[in-house]
Amino acid sequence: MTARQLLLALCLFLCTQFAHAGPRIERWQTTAGNRVLFVEDHSLPIIDIQVDFAAGAAREPMGLEGVAGLTRALIDLGADGLDETQIASRFADLGARLSGGVDLDRASLTLRTLSMADKRAPAFELFRAIIAGPTFPAAAFDREKARSLAALKEALTRPDAIASKAFWAAMYPAHPYGRQATPESLTALRRDDVLAFYAAHYGARSATIAIVGDLSHAEAKAVAERLSGGLPAAAAVAELPQPQLPAGGEQRIAHPAAQAHLLIGMPALQRGDPDFFPLAVGNYTLGGGGFVSRLVKEVRDKRGLAYSVHSYFLPLQQLGPFQIGLQTHKGQTAEALQVTRAVLAEFLARGPSEAELLAAKKNLIGSFPLRLDSNRKILENVAMIAFYDLPLDYLDRYSENVERVTAAEIQAAFARRLPAAHLVTVVVAGD
Amino acid sequence: MPMRYVRPIALLIALTTTTAGWGNPHERQLANGLRIIVKEDRRAPTVAHMIWYRAGSMDETNGRTGVAHVLEHMMFKGTPTVGPGEFNRRVAAAGGRDNAFTSRDYTAYFQQVPKLKLAEMMQLEADRMRHLSLDVNEFAKEIKVVMEERRLRTDDQPQALLYENLNAVAFQVHPYRVPIIGWMTDLQNMTVTDARAWYDDWYAPNNAYVVVVGDVDHQEVFRLAEEHYGMLPTRPLPVRKPQDEPSQVGTRRLTVKAPADLPVVMMAYKVPVIRNVEQDVDPYALEMLAAVLAGHDAARLNRHLVREQRLAVSAGASYDSTARGPGIFHLHGAPTAGRSRVELEAGLRSELERVKEQGVSADELARAKAQLIASQIYKLDSIFAQAMEIGQLESAGIPHTMNRRLIDKLQEVSREQVQAVTRKYFNDEALTVAELDPQPLPATPRPRSPFVPRH
Repeated sequence: MTARQLLLALCLFLCTQFAHAGPRIERWQTTAGNRVLFVEDHSLPIIDIQVDFAAGAAREPMGLEGVAGLTRALIDLGADGLDETQIASRFADLGARLSGGVDLDRASLTLRTLSMADKRAPAFELFRAIIAGPTFPAAAFDREKARSLAALKEALTRPDAIASKAFWAAMYPAHPYGRQATPESLTALRRDDVLAFYAAHYGARSATIAIVGDLSHAEAKAVAERLSGGLPAAAAVAELPQPQLPAGGEQRIAHPAAQAHLLIGMPALQRGDPDFFPLAVGNYTLGGGGFVSRLVKEVRDKRGLAYSVHSYFLPLQQLGPFQIGLQTHKGQTAEALQVTRAVLAEFLARGPSEAELLAAKKNLIGSFPLRLDSNRKILENVAMIAFYDLPLDYLDRYSENVERVTAAEIQAAFARRLPAAHLVTVVVAGD
Repeated sequence: MPMRYVRPIALLIALTTTTAGWGNPHERQLANGLRIIVKEDRRAPTVAHMIWYRAGSMDETNGRTGVAHVLEHMMFKGTPTVGPGEFNRRVAAAGGRDNAFTSRDYTAYFQQVPKLKLAEMMQLEADRMRHLSLDVNEFAKEIKVVMEERRLRTDDQPQALLYENLNAVAFQVHPYRVPIIGWMTDLQNMTVTDARAWYDDWYAPNNAYVVVVGDVDHQEVFRLAEEHYGMLPTRPLPVRKPQDEPSQVGTRRLTVKAPADLPVVMMAYKVPVIRNVEQDVDPYALEMLAAVLAGHDAARLNRHLVREQRLAVSAGASYDSTARGPGIFHLHGAPTAGRSRVELEAGLRSELERVKEQGVSADELARAKAQLIASQIYKLDSIFAQAMEIGQLESAGIPHTMNRRLIDKLQEVSREQVQAVTRKYFNDEALTVAELDPQPLPATPRPRSPFVPRH
């Protein structure tokens, strides 16, 4: 047996050793047509519910950038005859917590409550009132708009935020993923814009519901039905356009910070794409695997150029980005950039070694239980499966899909997804 | 389990004692002084393994600030049997995640792994407790990484810089005046000998404790601990001088200028922390005060200053009742455009005056207590959070077995006690105020790139 065959045999052995199934997920549709995913777990008296709407920043009409975040921020500030103080006080009285936020695709509302009947019933009702009947009070609108503007102006002084905004604009020059709130767009927003955005995007058509925890199947069904039944009817949500690949290039922005912020990447991966597994397994070796990736080895360990260096794929409804990011003392920007590009080029040219592939699989498969060892983590996974309509056995088959990836597939997938001509680089404070 | 209609407090007691097994968490001390604390939680086939050393930045000396944290980095740089970077590789191969963190009070290392890998983690931790190589070339590279970390987290972060300066002024004698990451000049002049001296001083079984939480049997964990940690020799520890902070005798003020848009005000009042779980009263009342002021969106600071008066875009309060060193109660906020830092400071002070004069309502206090109980139950959802809770209590000198008593004591706090601590501690003599004076970015030259959006 050659060393290579031995490694492969060892991999097969280790990987099957670690094969784990995900939690048992039940799926159904509410009468109003919402997809519900439920994981029953009675080990703790806790219930988590997440409702996701296709109401992320990519849904913002041209010129109204910032309306998605503002709508989400305002949603729990008035509902059903209750003002913001009453809503927050009631949740606190119950020990319940409301969280969530907005990304490019999704607006999320997440409720965590104790499962005792006298806690959960009022918490569910309040949650329903917020989702189904927000009043968007004018005073709260004015105030939250001013707060958003203050936060944005502050962010626009920070090198990381400046870099990120320029990076997304460069990767998605003519796509909603690249449009972002500006002080001008925020200032121009009116309360009517929020009402219209809510009416168009928080409807029953696009909502998905994920429930994890201490409820029976029948109870979960009733909760989902009640939540879904209150949602306003809204028009079907249109497909997001497909992004065009950007012209590659480099952009430099001056800043007085001590460190330069470097970002390299391009649009690369969509949710549900079969290339997900080769890219995820390959990226572990390139820049994803905690302290053991090639980028960490070359940039941090060997040369001390950065504290943090990473790469990742962020699959979205449409092509989401591949990104490499690091920060380095500005005097050594050129060296850091050169080293980083060399690592990427070498990986694109040759892919991982068999030993690296084995290490990646051992970690990704072996650490699978760590991805699901709390209700909170299960909820995140299940909500993602629900929103992007991934196969119900996505978690069950995760290990198997990782295990089957070959080095050749990784190399081919990286070459297919990351053509060098389209790579975008942004450097802030590199002067 | 018939727990569905039980009141939360009774439920919490049930969950933290009987359901998890009698005596859980379990504890044993090895002959070399190392304590092993095990909490069985069998919800998932994973385990968190942590080792806590009672040595943090507060144990450092002038000229060598940051050495506790630098050593934490060097702990991943190899021993004679486990080469540089090999620790991380082995944890990764075990399907695990690992990291470490340094605080003022302690340095802690952890791995989260599938349960079968616990023994291997113990072997690795035991090896680096005594056999660290501290190679001069590895040190030369890693100290650069730490300087990058300081630039990233402090030098280029106006609010972190403000906090660092606030501590350096609020404390003049106690080593809490020093930032955990160390002053840049000390990092620039640090040598591998400094790191070696720190390691030899503090990395000993009699200055550490192990916390294991997860799908394990405690007897088996004790046996593994004996096997891997048992042979490490006890070492004499340096004498710790108290370096007590003298009473502050007047308000201190400072300003930090940095590139930013939002001004910030941070107020720091000297207050006590828990030294005697049973006899203390004030630290528990201060915790409740923090919850009434800033425990939720409708708590006083957000409700009054942000929402009703629109004086601030954000306002908060924080207080930690457990620490080895002296306590601080923080109030902080950022004024709304058009309102000044002076006005915001006055607004924050007026909230304290209101409590001093009128106290807090029964509803507010009940709400804070309901949140406290819920948060204790929610904590049970995370194996890592449970390990952290045990480790942090112990780091402050509070036995983990007192956790339930802490909750009881918090539940016992009265409205009168909250008012009394506000009157007692929130005086100008014990106050330090730090202000961030935002500086505009230098006029940006026209970008050289084709990408930049026009506006």
